[in-house]
Formats: sequence, structure tokens, C-alpha cells
Amino acid sequence: MRPFDYKRAERLEHAGQLAAAEDTLAIAGGTNLIDLMKLQVETPATLVDLNHLPLAGIEEHEDGLRIGALATNTATAVHPRVRADYPLLARAILAGATQQLRNKATTGGNLCQRTRCWYFTNTDQPCNKREPGSGCGALMGRADLHAVLGTSEACIATYPGDMAVAMAALDATVEIAGEKGSRSVPLREFHLLPGDTPHIENVLEPGEIITAVTLPTPVGGKQIYRKVRERSSYAFALVSVAAALRMEGESIAHAALAFGGLAHKPWHDPRIDDLLTGEKPSMALFDKAADLLLEDAQGYGENDAKIPLARRALTATLIDATGVSA
Amino acid sequence: MTIEINGESHELPRDPRVTLLDFVREHLKMTGAKKGCDHGQCGACTMLVNGQRINSCLTLAVMHDGDSVTTIEGIGSPAAMAPLQEAFVKHDGYQCGYCTPGQICSATAMLQEIAAGWPSDATADPTDTPKLTREEVQERMSGNLCRCGAYANIVDAIMEVAEGEAA
Amino acid sequence: MKSLTMDKPDERNRLDAMKQGVIGKPLDRPDGPIKVSGVAPYAAEYDIANAAYGVFVTAPIARGKVAKIHEDSVTGMDGVIAVVADERFTTRAAQGTAGEAPEQGPGEVDYWGQPIALVVAESYEAARDAAQRLKVDFHADDLADIPFDPDAVEPEKDEGQRQGDLAHAMAEAVHSVDRTYTTHGHASAAMEPHASIAEWQDGKLTVHASLQMLNFNIAELADALDLEEDDVRLVSRFVGGGFGSKLGVSQDVVAAAIAAKQVGRPVKVAMTRQHVFQAIMRRSESTQRLRLAADAEGRLTGFGHEALVSNLPGEDFAEPVTQSSKFLYGGENRLLRIDVARIHRMCAGSVRAPGEAVGMTALEAAMDELAEQVGIDPVELRLRNIPDKHPTKDIPYSSRKLAECLKEGAAAFGWQGEDRKPRQRREGEWWIGTGVASGSRVHNVEEAKARVTLRPGGTALVETDMTDIGTGTYAILGQIAGEMLGLDPKDVEVGLGDTDFPRGPGSGGSWGAPSSGSAVFLACEALREEIASLLKGEEGNLTMKDGTAVVGNTSRTIDELLGGKELQRTGHFQPGKTEKEFAAASYGAFFAEVAVNDWTGETRVRRLTGAFGIGRVLNEKTARSQCLGGMTWAIGAALTEQLLFDPRDGHLVNCDLAEYHVPVHRDVPECEVLLVEERDPAASPIQAKGVGELSMCGAAGAIANAVYNACGVRAYSFPMTPAVLLEGLVEQAKA
Repeated sequence: MRPFDYKRAERLEHAGQLAAAEDTLAIAGGTNLIDLMKLQVETPATLVDLNHLPLAGIEEHEDGLRIGALATNTATAVHPRVRADYPLLARAILAGATQQLRNKATTGGNLCQRTRCWYFTNTDQPCNKREPGSGCGALMGRADLHAVLGTSEACIATYPGDMAVAMAALDATVEIAGEKGSRSVPLREFHLLPGDTPHIENVLEPGEIITAVTLPTPVGGKQIYRKVRERSSYAFALVSVAAALRMEGESIAHAALAFGGLAHKPWHDPRIDDLLTGEKPSMALFDKAADLLLEDAQGYGENDAKIPLARRALTATLIDATGVSA
Repeated sequence: MTIEINGESHELPRDPRVTLLDFVREHLKMTGAKKGCDHGQCGACTMLVNGQRINSCLTLAVMHDGDSVTTIEGIGSPAAMAPLQEAFVKHDGYQCGYCTPGQICSATAMLQEIAAGWPSDATADPTDTPKLTREEVQERMSGNLCRCGAYANIVDAIMEVAEGEAA
Repeated sequence: MKSLTMDKPDERNRLDAMKQGVIGKPLDRPDGPIKVSGVAPYAAEYDIANAAYGVFVTAPIARGKVAKIHEDSVTGMDGVIAVVADERFTTRAAQGTAGEAPEQGPGEVDYWGQPIALVVAESYEAARDAAQRLKVDFHADDLADIPFDPDAVEPEKDEGQRQGDLAHAMAEAVHSVDRTYTTHGHASAAMEPHASIAEWQDGKLTVHASLQMLNFNIAELADALDLEEDDVRLVSRFVGGGFGSKLGVSQDVVAAAIAAKQVGRPVKVAMTRQHVFQAIMRRSESTQRLRLAADAEGRLTGFGHEALVSNLPGEDFAEPVTQSSKFLYGGENRLLRIDVARIHRMCAGSVRAPGEAVGMTALEAAMDELAEQVGIDPVELRLRNIPDKHPTKDIPYSSRKLAECLKEGAAAFGWQGEDRKPRQRREGEWWIGTGVASGSRVHNVEEAKARVTLRPGGTALVETDMTDIGTGTYAILGQIAGEMLGLDPKDVEVGLGDTDFPRGPGSGGSWGAPSSGSAVFLACEALREEIASLLKGEEGNLTMKDGTAVVGNTSRTIDELLGGKELQRTGHFQPGKTEKEFAAASYGAFFAEVAVNDWTGETRVRRLTGAFGIGRVLNEKTARSQCLGGMTWAIGAALTEQLLFDPRDGHLVNCDLAEYHVPVHRDVPECEVLLVEERDPAASPIQAKGVGELSMCGAAGAIANAVYNACGVRAYSFPMTPAVLLEGLVEQAKA
């Protein structure tokens, strides 16, 4: 960890000003940032502590729910409204990390969580995300953890989180405050694909801070977060499927799916939701959904199995959600 | 800037790089909390901060101005062990002992979390009130690695205390 | 000093003749209360005044030379004291029982991540920062010229052990299995990272370190620094897990000692988790070909076990994959061999149960296929193949409880061996199945000394440099002394982990308990002889119980007999002819029930039963815990653990506990452990054998066999991650 100045933001405007400065990073729970600072993957000259801002609340918002950026993962997952109306979100959060980490990790911080790619965290290896232009270690090295969708020649890393995958399925909105004022961004558009600039992972501009995530009116139905991982707990997803699916009679009235472990962002393909909505569930339909999901999938050797795994995880999720397996 | 640790007030360090774990181990010379990975991947450093369990290696001491911290030393001593500590001894809920303080701090908070009705990944439905089952305990303790493989005994120890409290 | 060389089996079973009644009892560990309270001191936790902090700098090249270390790139930084780069630094850990310095000279780099220098600073934070920022120039060898892939080099061929004609036996066999298995490398991943605090006083060096075998380690350290052993003291009272990774002196010990001398104050080096992963012993990956030839009833006529493992050039250690294959099953026509590929990954060495941990996995998976072919219960197949006589040597087996373990384990588990057709039981998405495997691990003992002192007041003190790495040494040595001397173990103080004490072989190879335990036993026998003579009697007629010694009608308390003085004896145990004249091993059997997800291949162990014959049980509680530990490791080896290396520079990519997946709480079900009643007189004078390693030797095979029984997919690659099982599941679904 390099020496840095520690500053505490007391008001939101103050936080934006502080965070806009050069070589400055904001810290909330710190569970990812301190990890990366110890490795000198992150080397801020100034650290702005956001924890004293009044952003930890979880409150009713129109017909939905507004989760403050500083609400911890625990606070969100145990919140009665989240458990009752957005069980997908509770399930996804609880499938991630550990209780110790969830007690510190925050909504905003979790959205900004960086990749687990082992070339990114190893400063003696090339990584375009950490050091633009140095190359992608994983591309020709070991890609066991890596993405199969939306990759680029510069980067094949994944977004490692669970919470945001559920939020993508739930069509949440990210509220952002900055020096120029506030704005809202659909969560599905918050994270970026790597392209030529894998070091830019989301739409936040310098000095901008996430203030909340809002969830729309509950959609009801069956909500499933299926996380496939190598051990039964405390492991990042090989593949995860977040599904909010409501049946009316024999047809799917509402379907919203998102996927983790496959791409540089929580993966949402509106074509899949459109395909399923209004249809009668069948294995043939599920196959089509998987075809859409994976039509451009590309494996990199060690992670090739993610492609059939994603297909099967999606199928199993849809069977579970619809009760149809024929 | 001060922090309360096991009921005693301490000045926070001047170097903001010092983690809560290193502050307690290296500055205060209380070495009950262990450093197993320094990256939030093993749970050996678990402490209770304002009653909640966290990985003390992944938080900076300076971020805890005014906080109240309990370490294993605050939970019990060899002469006056807490029920969980006694149960770990009885059930051989350790081998090398290095993960043990973290396991016990974690279990202390975990039992309160179940009592408070917090769901876990092992709870069938998030709206359910979780039951005290082995699988619930195993899931909730999965943030505390034990390489010796004392898990089965650790869960036995925790279940005994939990069932005793519930009775 | 009372010495015994183990030249013949000790049939006296003296411990059984004692009256205190504590040997084998499931007593709580005496060190429990300080462990659960966090006050048991581990290496980095001694409060040594004015200690500076050292952090390693490691090489980001696979092979080459250090050209220049730019000390000035960090020496101006706040708190930095020195950059220490000394030619005496050791570049790898010593192999177990080396007794001499491992490779030295950090200027030559042999693997990616090798420590090359140590930055010393006033604070840990300053040392860590400077170590990461130190500028170093290298002359790196061309990566194209460096071998990293064990399959891509011509290995060093082992002549192997040959008998008869295996190929012919295979051709003639009624039933045969010829399969190749691969296992990935494993890390010990002990929870306490390697750490040392070195301090020089009056030319003498003391290092508090985290080591398993102090008697060898002091020699390794003295050799590295060209010191006399008398000028060195090593202290390891509590060791936060070892599993082989702390057998040999590690890089931190030597570097801390050199740095402390150079900066003139104590230096503490606690290695980072990543450095431990990248620079301390790996278990080699293995490729194993198993050939089993059998007659119509499944009796083996041929047995082949050939392995390819790897290590750095010049390292003697080769994962002894075929170790138990030499004697476990019969088969007249045999071929066993281990080839070694020389590659530039980090050093390979001992990780819990070297050899059998992976060798038994493959062998027992192959045995399952043979049972299926023959069409008999796989338990019965194993029973049929327990050889009457050693397959290649004209020596008897010592006590061997393999059949009992298989039978008693089967009964406890509720084993059903008649219909072994796979894919018969389903619960929702999950296939459920069961599997069995034999367990076997060679028995070893080594020279050991221990001192036992009877003290006024009727207490005793046991002292040896033996370590307790979590195994329960503090408990069992107190129980042996308590049993022999008629004392409550609470009145026996045990001092361990200090080279100032009489020396033993330390913890490793599962020999700690039988070796050091025997030394304590001998010291106690000598004390009993002295007590008997004080009572004008013979040791054989002496009864010691509850602090009182009785011969005939004469009864005196120990306190009275001592007359205010201490009575001290040292026991000296040495291996002898029994080593060669008997095939001695610990045996076991494993029964697993697993669930395999039909969609994803995720596998969960639902039940695991292990039955073990380990000779005399010294403490039922700690022995059971050792067994649970090994079985937990087997779950990791079967399902989750794998070291992954970059193919281009050989570096370990998953060098932390987030990505190297040791089992977590939720991976481990309730496990059942049966300890089969046994005394092995050829094993040691206390009739005990090792336990800590046996319990993972074969268990991963039982899990693999259960996976097959559940879902119909045979795995030939370990660990059986979803990626490994998925293809087979897809095929099964089509079929």
C-alpha cells in the first residue's frame, strides 16, 4: 500500500469535490479497494472516506425501493421489503462472499467491484485493465475464470459480483451525483464492455459518486438466483443466472434474466426476455433462449466449459421457474 | 481519534495504511486475531465491530473512529472461557488453533444473526425465518476457513451452544 | 539415558499393563484453553523489543539472473532501514529431513516468484510498500528455452520396480483395467503463513519460526549461515498448521536471521499469503497409468502403476505416487515407476501424505472399474486382493487391519454392494451415489529423544523439540507419561518446539507420535526402573497410579520417594531392523455418499465414513480429529483444489485463498470415524502408528467412485470440478 492522504467526506457535495481530484479514490466498505491497495493494483494518493455520508438508508420509493449507496449488503439482504418483494436480490447477495464481507460491502462499492482476474491482481504480469497497453495476460495464459461473452482483444475479464446481476434482472436504476448535478442510469447500462478501454469499467465520471440504487415496482412471480461455483460457498460464480419470471395461466407473462460470470458486466440480453415473454414454456423455447444467449460466445481454452454450463444453468433455471421440463 | 477495543479506549494510528488487524496485533500487541491471508479470504482476522463481524484485515484503523471492537481477548480468557470457547475445547473444534479465534468471534455473531432472523444462502426462501440447522451453521460459517479440517467438530461445538441457548 | 533400537517387535504392550487408565482416552487438549482464547503464541506473535519488519521482493521472471538491485529506489522512503540481498539467502524451502541448506544464492532465479531480496523497515506498512516498489534489473532467460509443461519434456526415466511380465498378464487377463489419471498440484495452505522473528545476542541466534522439524531445521539454518548448531536456537511452540510446508527451513527463517545481523536489531518476516503460495512447496501434478490384470474372480495377476511427476532441476524429491502400491494388493506381475519431468515451476515437495494422497486416488478409482467388470461388490474385490504375503519381498506384514476397516466401515456406513449399477437414485436435480476405497499409508519412525522429569509434589515435565502442528502432541505425550508414571495428565507439563530440548524428528510423515511418543515412553520406563529400585523392587512389579508407587506391600507417594529432589531421565528411540523385516503401514477404508447435480456437475459430499487401523490410539479425540482433517482434505482433492500454472512463464496464477479452493464449512458433511482396535508391536514400542496422513489416502477415490455410482460419469482428472464432469453428464443424458 502506498502512502496516501486520508480524508473524510462529511457532505455529499464535499465528497464529489474531493473525489474529483487527481489520484483520488472513494472508499466505502473497502473490502475490494483495500485488497487491491495492498497489492498496489490501486495506488491512490488520496482516499476519501464516504462512510459518514447519509446514504445508508433503504426506503420506499414510488412503488419500488430505494437502496442507499452505503446500505451494506447485509442490510439490503435482511430488509423485510427486499426479502418479500425482491427475493432475487436477497438471494443473490446471500450467494456472494461471506457474512463478514457482506457486513462491510456496500451497494455502491459492490457495483464498482473490480475483476478477480489473476493477471489484474498480479502486478508483475501484463494487464490492460491495470496498465493500459501492457497486454492481456489471460488471453494467452490461463483463462479459467474468464469471460465468454462480450470480450475484446484487450481484455477477457469478468465482472465478479452477484448483487448487480440480480439488479440487472430486476431492471434497477443507479442514481449518481456529481459536481455537475445528479443523473440516473439504468443498471443494465452502468457497466461497460472492455472494448479498447478495459480500464474504464462503468459510466462514472471523475468526481461522480453513486448515491443509491432504485428498484422498480415489484414484478412478483418466481425469482431465482442460481449460482454455479466450484465450492458450495465462498466462491465466485463460474456462471450465475438471475431470473424473475411470472406465469399467467400456461404462459410466461413476465421474464427478465441476467447472467453473471460470463462477461465484463452483468449480462442482460433483452432478446431473451422478449423471446420468453408471452410464450408457453417448453424445452424447445428454453433451447432457443440459450441459443440467443450463447450465439456469440467464445471460449479461451480453460473456460470453454462455461458455454455448455451456461446453457444448462439457464435451462435448469427456466425449468425451476416454470415447472415445465418437456 | 479513538477506538474502543474490548472496553478500553485507544488512540488510532497516524499512518492511515494500518489496517484494524495490524493495529490490534502490531501496535496493541493483542495477537488473538490472526492474519491468515490479509485479503478477506480466510476469516482468521474476524472481529466484532459495533456488534457485527467483519474481516479486520480489510478495513483501515482510521476508519473506525469512535467504534467499539470486540476481539477474541474480549470474549473470554483461559481462566474464564465463554460457552463457545468451552464447547470448542470439549469438541476439539480446532487443531493447529490458528483459525480458532476467528471461528469463535464469527460464531458469536452468527448465533445472534440467526436469532435476529437474518436469512442465509441455506435458507430455502429469504422470507422464511431461518432455523438452527447444521446446514445453516455451515453456510454462515463458510467465511472462516480451517485447513486442519476441524469443520465437523466446530459445527458440533456451535450446535451444542446454540441448542443450549435455545433450550 | 535409556535407549532402544527397534530390532524386534515389542510384544510386551507395556502401556496396556499400566494402571492409570488415561492412554487412549478422549481427553481435551491441555493447550485448548489458550488456543480458544487467542493467547497461544505463534511465530510472529512474540513481543520482541525493537523488531523491524521484513518483506520479500520476488522475481517476476521464470529463470535468469538478478542484474542489479537499485537500493536507492527505496532507501529514501520513510521508515525504510535496508534492502538486504545476501548470497546466503535460501531460494526455496528445504525438503523434509534434508538437514542441510537448500539451494542458496538469490541472484540466480529458477522459478517465477522466487524471493530475491528482503526490504527491512520500521513498520510493516513501509516494508511492504518498499518491497513492491524496489527496482530490480534482471537478465531473463528466453521463455522459449525454458520448460514449464511436464508433458512436453523428456522426463528422467525411473528404472522402476519390475517383476514378471505385466504386459503378458494384461493380455492373458480375464478382466483388466488400463486407465490414465491426472491430478493437479496441491498447496498445503496452512492457515498460518510462514513467519520468523530472528534475534542475535552475543553471537548467538534465536529464531521464533513456524517449522515442523526443528532438529533438521537447525541443521539447515546453521548450514546456510555457516554457524555451529550450538550457536542457534529455534523455537516453534505453536505452529499454525504445516501439512509438509514447514518440514524444511523456509526462506523467511534464513532471511530474517541475515537481516537481523545486518541491521543490528531483531527482524520479523511474516510472509504474505501470495508469497507462501508462490515460493513454498507445491504437491506435484501427476499423470498416472494404472494397469490391473485379474482372473475371473477378480484376483489380481498383474499390477502396474506408473507415474509422471515434476520438479525443478536438481531437486531430489519426486512425489512418491506408488508408495503404497508396493504392498497394498497382490499381483505376481508388477511394474511400478515414477518418472520426473524437470520444469521451472516452483519447487515441488511434501504436501500432506505425499504419494498416497494422489496415488491411492487413482489406484482406488481403477479398482472400482475392475469390480464393475468382474461384477462383484467393490468391498469384496478389495478383500479378495489383500495379499497373504508381500508381493515382492520375503517379509511378513506387521499388524494389518485393512479387512476389518473394510468390513466395519461398510457396516457403519450401511454399505450396499450387490447392485452397483449407476444412475439409480435421484433427488430432484441431484444424482445420489455411494463409493468405497481402501486406505493405506506407509509407516515410518525416526530417531527421537525426550526428557521426562519427575518433580517434587508429584508432577512431571516432558521436554522434546517435537512440535504440535495441530496434531495433538501436547495431549498425547502428556497421556503417555501420565499412563507410565501413574499421574493425571493434568499434572504432566509438556514442553515442545524448542531446540534446547532433547531432539526428535519433528512432525512429518506421520512419524511424530510413534517416534517421540516412544522416546517419552522410554524415559518413563527409566524413571520407573529408578522408582522400583528406590522401593527395592523390579520395574515389572511396580504399579504407579494417582501419584503413588507400589511394589508388593510397599506403597509410597512419588513426592515421598523424590525427597525434595527432581528425578530426570532421557529416552532415546531409534529405528532398527523391524523397518526392513516387516512391511508396516496404517490401513483404512472410506465410504462416501455424494450428490451430483445433473445440470451443472456440481458435486457435494453428503456422508463420509472412514475406518482406520492406526495401531494403538493414544488419544481418541485428537486421533479422530486427525482423521476428520484428512477426510476434509480428501474432499478438497476430489472436488476443488488445483494449482494452476501459466503455460508461458510457469507462474502460479491462483496464488491466494480466494482462487485456490480449500474446502469451506459447507463442503464438509458430518463425518464418521471408526478407530479399529489394534496394537502393532512391530511399529513402535508403544504399538502406535501414524494417523494424520492415512485419513486422506484413498478417500478421494471413494468420492470419485461415488460420483460414478451417482451419475455414471467416470472422472479421470482430479479435482472433479463441474467442468470435468459436464461433458460426461451431457453424454449420459443423450444415451
